[in-house]
Amino acid sequence: MIALERRLEVSRFWLYATPVLAVGLTILSGAVMFAALGFDPLEALHAYFILPISDLYGLSELTVKATPLAMIAVGLALGFRGNVWNIGAEGQLILGAITGGGVALAFYGVEGPWLLPLMLLGGMVGGAFWAAIPAFLKVRFNANEILVSLMLTYVAGLLLVYLVTGPWKDPMGFGFPQSRLFHDSATLPTLFENSRMHIGFPIALFAVVVSWFVVSRTLIGFQIKVVGLTPPAAGYAGFSSSKVVWVTLLTTGALAGLAGVIEVSGPIGQLTPSISPGYGFTAIIVAFLGRLHPVGILLAALLMALSYIGGETAQIVMRLPLAVTGVFQGMLLFFLLASDVLAHYRIRFGSRRSEEG
Amino acid sequence: MRDVTKRFPGCVANDHVSLDLERGEIHALLGENGAGKSTLVKILYGVQHADSGRILWEGEEVEIANPAAARTLGIGMVFQHFSLFETLSVADNVALALSRGTGRDPALVAEIKRLSNEYGLALDPDRIVYELSVGERQRVEIVRCLMQDPKLIIMDEPTSVLTPAEVDKLFDVLRRLKADGRTVLYISHKLQEIRDLCDRATILRGGKVVDSCDPSQETPNSLAAMMIGRSFDGPKIGKPVHTEDGDALLTVEGLSMEAASPFGTSLKNICLSVRPGEVLGIAGVAGNGQNTLLAALSGERIAQRDDWVRFEGKSIGRVGARGRRDMGIVFVPEERLGHGAVPDLALEENALLSGWGRWKLVRRGLISFSKTREKAEQVISAFGVVSAGSGAAARSLSGGNLQKFIIGREIMQDPKLLIAAQPTWGVDAGSAAAIQTALVDLARSGAGVIVVSQDLDELFTISDRVAVIFDGHLSESRPTHATSAEDVGLLMGGLFETPTEATPA
Repeated sequence: MIALERRLEVSRFWLYATPVLAVGLTILSGAVMFAALGFDPLEALHAYFILPISDLYGLSELTVKATPLAMIAVGLALGFRGNVWNIGAEGQLILGAITGGGVALAFYGVEGPWLLPLMLLGGMVGGAFWAAIPAFLKVRFNANEILVSLMLTYVAGLLLVYLVTGPWKDPMGFGFPQSRLFHDSATLPTLFENSRMHIGFPIALFAVVVSWFVVSRTLIGFQIKVVGLTPPAAGYAGFSSSKVVWVTLLTTGALAGLAGVIEVSGPIGQLTPSISPGYGFTAIIVAFLGRLHPVGILLAALLMALSYIGGETAQIVMRLPLAVTGVFQGMLLFFLLASDVLAHYRIRFGSRRSEEG
Repeated sequence: MRDVTKRFPGCVANDHVSLDLERGEIHALLGENGAGKSTLVKILYGVQHADSGRILWEGEEVEIANPAAARTLGIGMVFQHFSLFETLSVADNVALALSRGTGRDPALVAEIKRLSNEYGLALDPDRIVYELSVGERQRVEIVRCLMQDPKLIIMDEPTSVLTPAEVDKLFDVLRRLKADGRTVLYISHKLQEIRDLCDRATILRGGKVVDSCDPSQETPNSLAAMMIGRSFDGPKIGKPVHTEDGDALLTVEGLSMEAASPFGTSLKNICLSVRPGEVLGIAGVAGNGQNTLLAALSGERIAQRDDWVRFEGKSIGRVGARGRRDMGIVFVPEERLGHGAVPDLALEENALLSGWGRWKLVRRGLISFSKTREKAEQVISAFGVVSAGSGAAARSLSGGNLQKFIIGREIMQDPKLLIAAQPTWGVDAGSAAAIQTALVDLARSGAGVIVVSQDLDELFTISDRVAVIFDGHLSESRPTHATSAEDVGLLMGGLFETPTEATPA
């Protein structure tokens, strides 16, 4: 018989080994799945994981996808540490794209170096505003932030569709539901020629460093940690849990909004009904896969970015269905949560009488 | 029990423990926290299983697989924490435990009545447990245990929740059980009780049997010495300073507050005052509003009116925990892990938890870790905290050591007023004496100290004045030297008018 025995202390080794184990199990299950679908598993895995990043263009694409993931996930991780469960980063991303993109459209044709910073600021304000709604309802009425933030995601999505099919529709766009293409001053500069790598990636790296600093060095980071771990001790120390709700939700919202405006002013270049392949939701997986640690999140963001572009490459090269991306991401989270049990329990083999109390 | 050994990850809880229990004796199992008393008893009751060793029951080797098997053999147990359904009647609770239909079975009710008469356990089978006092609930547990006609009854710290009068009644019951030829295994660390009650005592230390004795031939100090393994000095208490005419440091007037939970006790018109240099003790049986009072004093809950609580003449009823701490009011909560300290964080981070303001460990939002570590290490060395250093997680410390750390952390913040809840509850005798000495020293150095405790011995040892909380009311305080444990015990049972007139004893 196999029994699980609770560990006295969380195993450091397994805490960091489980993400690696989860990735390994995902690849293994992926191979089985490809074989069951009638593809050569090795070739499919190669197309999925190796081919997309075997040239410089592929690597630059990796950073394009990893940028919003890392940016949102460091914000989410801050909240998750403090037991604030913002599930609606996708909606905050969309609202940031709307407000930041709105700035670009309002100043359409006006050139100037001030426009882009204003757009980024607008995106952050928009995302933070969207996150302020669950924060207010949580603090004032103890409304569950998971539900409120999640529901607001759909509101944001519908608002975007309304805008690009209505008031903000490109007058020269042949009726397509999309805004005008942003003009030059409202477009993020790329870092290298012939690539889409843009200055969003350094901004994301900066966010990673700042969040590491906040978590490990500042009082507010400590307060978030205490509120998340032991709320009565936080009350004892006089730390305000409402403050933690506000700070974490506004930060996450602002970062998600920033990711949103970066998406529309960088790789996309205009507002369209679908500006994100679920970055806000995938970032939840990234945050957990990275163990809520900024450096871990950066690595996890690159891995999840690979799952996005790998899915596209596999679709093109091997005619695999695009749903494979979702399957891979789902399996990764599943295996991670399942193998987490190893960090908290040890497995014991051999017979043992059941201990009933 | 012969050579019983039980290992847990990281420690040996019982190391070749042998224990003989005679028919018709009250046998004490004595030891500090973590000495292995609970583990041994759990093995005997079948909750846990020994890694090696044998249990002989009436001369035959038995294997006790689970509590049901223990009950079949004739071993019953009354736990420290009651397992009763609050919304059911006494008889229903008994019936459920015995799997005997409902509490309306007349035979069952008759049997409950017979047993409670026989042993002087006054109980009405039809009453709902929710209405019962703690002492009455314990009687339900004992009756439930007696229904199975046990030959051996294990009692785990039964007096920790009782008033002195209830303790006397319980001892009568236990003596009757003994006269009946039943054996009682009595677990406690209250030495006086063991001397009064028990025929023999087995002393455990570090998982091993270190001694056995006839407790009536010993003094509390010699028993304590066996328990902690070295000579034992009680707390060194300095002479009280009389500041009766000094200005009050903290005054509470007419404070009322709703309980935070439906099962909590609300405060009604609380009045108290503490002067600098004195220790005010607040006695009371658990669940009479202590938690609400502590939250109201520490600022974790804010009063409706600002002038209900005044500190150094300023109204602070609506000032929160942080603001009060900045003024010099520090607090030692009852629950060490999970309230006074974050279990998963290191001691230095736990020093930061309450000390960051008064120790100025944070500048412009940035934490100074070197200063934090320095402060944590100062507390550890000044208060003799046994730990793996300031980086050790709070949960890795024993109860006594963590409590020394928390008390030390608060005292070294140089407070004007310290409020401590159950400062030595579940703490080994050596640490308890150190903690009590530190609290009194703090008061003698000019700070005010409020100690809320269920332990009357403790309150009479360290406090200058003592008041009693009952059902959310607080009695007027009396000088400790002018009152007796019996008087306070009566107050703990609710025998006072509010507000009472201080009656000279």
